[in-house]
Amino acid sequence: MKRIEAVNDFVIKFANVNGSGSASANTLFAKAIMRMGVPVSPRNIFPSNIQGLPTWYEVRVSESGWLGRRGGADLMVAMNPQTWEKDVVEIEPGGYLFYDSTKPLPADKFRDDILVLGMPLTEICNATYTDPRQRQLFKNIIYVGALAALLGVDIAEVERLIGEQYKGKEKLLEPNLKALHLGRDHALAHLPCPLGITVRRTDKVGDRIFIEGNSATALGAVYGGATVCAWYPITPSSSVAEAFARHCRKFRVDAARGGNNFAIVQAEDELASIGMVIGAGWNGARAFTCTSGPGVSLMTEFIGLAYFAEIPAVIVNVQRAGPSTGMPTRTQQADILACAYASHGDTKHVLLLPEDATEAFEFTAEALDLADRLQTPVFVMTDLDIGMNERLCRPLAWDDARAYDRGKVLTHDDLESGKRFGRYLDVDDDGITYRTYPGTHAKRGSFFTRGTSRDRYARYTEEGSAYVDNMQRLLRKFETAKQYVPEPVLRECARPARHGVIYYGSTACAMDEALAELEAEGIALDALRVRAFPFQDSVIDFVGAHEHVFVVEQNRDGQLRTLLVTEGAIDPARLSSVVHYDGTPVTARFIRREIEERLSAFNVRPMRRTASAGE
Amino acid sequence: MTYLTKPKLHHPELPANALGFTRRDYEGTISTLCAGCGHDSISAAIIQACWELAIQPHRVAKLSGIGCSSKTPTYFLDKSHGFNSVHGRMPSVLTGANLANRDLIYLGVSGDGDSASIGLGQFAHSMRRAVNMTYIVENNGVYGLTKGQFSATADRGSKSKRGALNSEEGIDLAILAIQLGATYVARSFSGDKAQLVPLIKGALEHPGPAFLDVISPCVAFNNHEGSTRSYDYVRNHNEAVNHLDVITVHKEITTAYEPGSVQQVPTHDGSVLKLRKLSDDYDSSSRISAMSYVQSRYAQGEIVTGLLYVEQDADDLHASLGTTPVPLNQLGEKDLCPGQAALDRFNAALR
Repeated sequence: MKRIEAVNDFVIKFANVNGSGSASANTLFAKAIMRMGVPVSPRNIFPSNIQGLPTWYEVRVSESGWLGRRGGADLMVAMNPQTWEKDVVEIEPGGYLFYDSTKPLPADKFRDDILVLGMPLTEICNATYTDPRQRQLFKNIIYVGALAALLGVDIAEVERLIGEQYKGKEKLLEPNLKALHLGRDHALAHLPCPLGITVRRTDKVGDRIFIEGNSATALGAVYGGATVCAWYPITPSSSVAEAFARHCRKFRVDAARGGNNFAIVQAEDELASIGMVIGAGWNGARAFTCTSGPGVSLMTEFIGLAYFAEIPAVIVNVQRAGPSTGMPTRTQQADILACAYASHGDTKHVLLLPEDATEAFEFTAEALDLADRLQTPVFVMTDLDIGMNERLCRPLAWDDARAYDRGKVLTHDDLESGKRFGRYLDVDDDGITYRTYPGTHAKRGSFFTRGTSRDRYARYTEEGSAYVDNMQRLLRKFETAKQYVPEPVLRECARPARHGVIYYGSTACAMDEALAELEAEGIALDALRVRAFPFQDSVIDFVGAHEHVFVVEQNRDGQLRTLLVTEGAIDPARLSSVVHYDGTPVTARFIRREIEERLSAFNVRPMRRTASAGE
Repeated sequence: MTYLTKPKLHHPELPANALGFTRRDYEGTISTLCAGCGHDSISAAIIQACWELAIQPHRVAKLSGIGCSSKTPTYFLDKSHGFNSVHGRMPSVLTGANLANRDLIYLGVSGDGDSASIGLGQFAHSMRRAVNMTYIVENNGVYGLTKGQFSATADRGSKSKRGALNSEEGIDLAILAIQLGATYVARSFSGDKAQLVPLIKGALEHPGPAFLDVISPCVAFNNHEGSTRSYDYVRNHNEAVNHLDVITVHKEITTAYEPGSVQQVPTHDGSVLKLRKLSDDYDSSSRISAMSYVQSRYAQGEIVTGLLYVEQDADDLHASLGTTPVPLNQLGEKDLCPGQAALDRFNAALR
């Protein structure tokens, strides 16, 4: 059997037991490769559990810089007997299996088309450490040392990372370094180092940063000026609020005046969290909540109130697989419709669709401006794949000259000077009306906020004409939103293309790779990455400019396609769905295969093959 | 129903408070509730309390949920911003508003359906979270707007207008508030303005979560024989345990009290609550004895009213969160945005 041979282009998968301390060792391994200038893209695949259930960590090493999931594994680090069979099957033919050989396993537990690398990890640990916890934890570091030797990872980079991690905790530094070398030395002495798959130093990482989406989202809320965060714990969004607290403790404690320039409340449920956000937004503070699908379901009554009463609110939805509790620790983009039209009655909401952590940072800050500008709820739609994995991204940037857009707010002086105020009076013909903060002026500017119908001066009414007038203005406002939300990103094929593809969010990294592969095969496709709802005219025009457009997304029903058809009045036959929704992140392989098949059904032949057929 | 403004003409010799405002300056639009509704008396008591305290009307934020009671904020303080939110969710909206600007006075108005049924969770958590507010429940034991269904505060065994007996246990929100950490808890009756006005004043002055359960008979659906929320029943079974006077810093203390019968409770801003005992064995400074007394009297069919519990060193949510003294809604980019230099360091740590 031919062994897989590759430099800087392979997938290594760690099969671990949740709660065994493997996560930090695995991250250490991925970061060491990144420090060698080689792009890596790790993904956590974990259960809804704290201890005992299987968990995987998949690291794609790709000098070409592909950050999407590839699928399959070239090297399996099988540390979990529970999942052994499945893990062994997943190894690509000619691949490698690394395992703890302390306890002998019968031959039928292995495959003969893979190279088996056994190391008696438990035995080494038991011989070296007496404390049971150390025996477990250092087992992880030992295999990192062994893998460094097997794959040619620069051990100095690993040592440096351990040094950074235990800076100020020198007592922990030495034993970790010792474990690392135990593993490395054992591998060098007993295993065929290096393997056919190796890491070679290069410079393909550049100035990119390695960051988790939820942390970046939270930092976007700090930079965007959010002062109130109300939330209820739910996977995979909890770490947004926790990161916001962490960033605030670092950046928002007012040394001069004393006290915190932020308030974070862990509410009793999602109803209360969105209620607090709406109360704070009504009262002139920037506020956000973070949640996932089930939380949005609970919030919908309040979201309708914020839409109709026109109160700024930012809702970060780190999407997971639904419906109901669904697969709480698996990724999907399945809340597009639920958020776009959240609540009873006629409602529409602004959605921002970031592709990665950096855009999550930018769009969250932007969402706080948009919510104030448009006086309405704004959703930042990330997902578990973006939120809970570290990914290589453009460094975060902020223009220090940027001022917050607080939207149309009448101040005390405006009111004093006699400026006309009608809370729902559209003076600029853009559907956006002026508001006042409570307590602004002793005699002018007060109004009553309500979820019931009202006239332009905020007075309760059930007059049909006043109701329609208000609902039409809300539509005008939604039209105005198009000029403020992020533009789509167009990627035109070098050659004229009859077909197009629309995608969004975390699908982007797999799509980039699929597009490159399709182009190399001679298939011409123009691509448009949609970054917001409402859709700008350019999105609808893109569909109009192509014979057929594929919409690639990670849900069963093609939710963005439905939204495009409905909102763009597009003939449904012009759009077809390419959907991937098993809870794992979509791969380039999947997209490429699907599009190839659909195109061949349309009788489209790749340029290259057509050319060779003509020879 | 339409929006009814009140004519602004008034008698030229109406008394003015320290701000030069008459009571008319604290009014709202004309009530659209039924004639004789207890809620209108509570609105009048709120107007009286705010006028007596010389509160600037625009510095009050009045919030409510859904129901008859939740309509009332339009009937008082029309210079205040008001917010009629969703059913049972006033407490969270009020909490968020309070977080945004700690300098305003927050007045939450709710009903027994709004707070004891659909909103029991938010009621409870706003109490234990210690939001600085005055939370008034206008408690009539019945759903008025949907025409007479029992609410969760209706007493077990009480009779509906249609003759049905309530088989479910009633919730005593005042007892719950005491247990959950409210630091000022009172019960009163919409028909007893002399008792109610000072209790509202004390609540408005209180620096923590203040809760008032005000029994407020529903003349349309719950004022009949067999109801325990009718005017007659409450008048005949009302046991007031004390009488409150709120003395603001600006006023000289002139009232004479019998020694030993008056408890003085100073508040943060220097005003003093003077509590005159009407019942010798009632102690409003102890949660446990307050709950025990109220419940034992309830078992006898009596409704205990007055200031049931007050904590002298009350604090609020902002104290536990350690927020800056400046209202959060007044902070700008300079206070909130760490800028590119900090971001450079942040980026560097992620490589």
